[in-house]
Amino acid sequence: MLQLIKKYYYGDYGEIEGGAAPAPGSNSREWPLWEVFIRSKQGLDHKHVGSLHAADAAMAIENARDVYTRRMEGVSIWVVESKYIHASNPDESDALYDPANDKIYRHPTFYQLPDELKYM
Amino acid sequence: MESDTIVMNETAITDALIDCTLQLADDSLIMGHRCSEWCGHGPVLEQDIALTNIALDYVGQSRNLYQYAALLLEQLPKEKALSLVDFDIIPEHITEDSLAYLRDVGAFKNHLLFEQPNGDWAQTILKIFFFSVYRFYLFQQLQNNADERLAAIAEKSVKEVTYHLKWSSEWVIRLGDGTDESKFRMLQAIDALWPFVGELFEPAGYETLCYYSDMLTFERLRSDWLNKINQIFETATLPPQSIGRWHQTGGKNGYHSEHLGYILAEMQFLQRTFPNAIW
Repeated sequence: MLQLIKKYYYGDYGEIEGGAAPAPGSNSREWPLWEVFIRSKQGLDHKHVGSLHAADAAMAIENARDVYTRRMEGVSIWVVESKYIHASNPDESDALYDPANDKIYRHPTFYQLPDELKYM
Repeated sequence: MESDTIVMNETAITDALIDCTLQLADDSLIMGHRCSEWCGHGPVLEQDIALTNIALDYVGQSRNLYQYAALLLEQLPKEKALSLVDFDIIPEHITEDSLAYLRDVGAFKNHLLFEQPNGDWAQTILKIFFFSVYRFYLFQQLQNNADERLAAIAEKSVKEVTYHLKWSSEWVIRLGDGTDESKFRMLQAIDALWPFVGELFEPAGYETLCYYSDMLTFERLRSDWLNKINQIFETATLPPQSIGRWHQTGGKNGYHSEHLGYILAEMQFLQRTFPNAIW
């Protein structure tokens, strides 16, 4: 039967959340995984830069500051526990993304642009 | 006769300023080295990097201070400069590197507290916490120092110190108010380090001279420091502390525990084996 709704987690935390046995060698006392988003300059959006382990949100932000902003990469940090990120299923990519391939009319490429308009 | 006295006083104050600058630099360098010993040994990668960052902040601060001390010394006649700094190997020029690498134990003026071994994670955290609170209030007072360069270094460093204070406070609370074991280790760390705390607030002769004309007072430094420690300890459910009459002392005047020799042996080995090596 085709399973249409399934919860997917990003990162290695998901299997534990889903009830699967912890991977051999992994420690159940390990700190949770966090995803880190950093905004590099005023006005730009937060971008995913990586993940790290931390015991709580405050520690996650400090760890992110120490791991990901050592070279002046950021002015703002977001962290979110990886288990709260739900990802699309890679197995369904045919159904999800391929149908857009032949629908070129969705791109605004059929307009005549005036010559004066330079930056489109 | 009178003008002679004034000249002598000014000279004495310049000498004291050099000693104070070296004292601050030595504290930073030794703390930086101790923190760097954790590099590659941290409990998790993230905290390993956090400690390495802090170590680099300390080394950076020590560089600013050694550069200033070297500048002051280079302005003096060479004989006079060499009489002020007890070099183990006489350098061609007095630089930040020669001050860091060519002085032996007896010439270092760091507090005994900061050369103590790292111990476990709790002891390392507690030492960084004590250092951060001390430096936070010291630099706040130093920002108003009559010596502009020293004030500028303090002003620049206080931002870094504020982060170290936040980071280490949170760890003290996390461990103190954590599991039975983490609390036990924090209590052990307090017992191990407390005997060295008193020296921070006991001004050496050169400190009294150098800071005399400013508003820097060690009484205020001590009460600010102790209040902050006890405030964080209360949140961490650790017992309140007081500073008694007795404490270990000597570091500021060059009398050190056996630990400093091992630190210097590791830190200075390369420069002493391959003089003037650069990379």
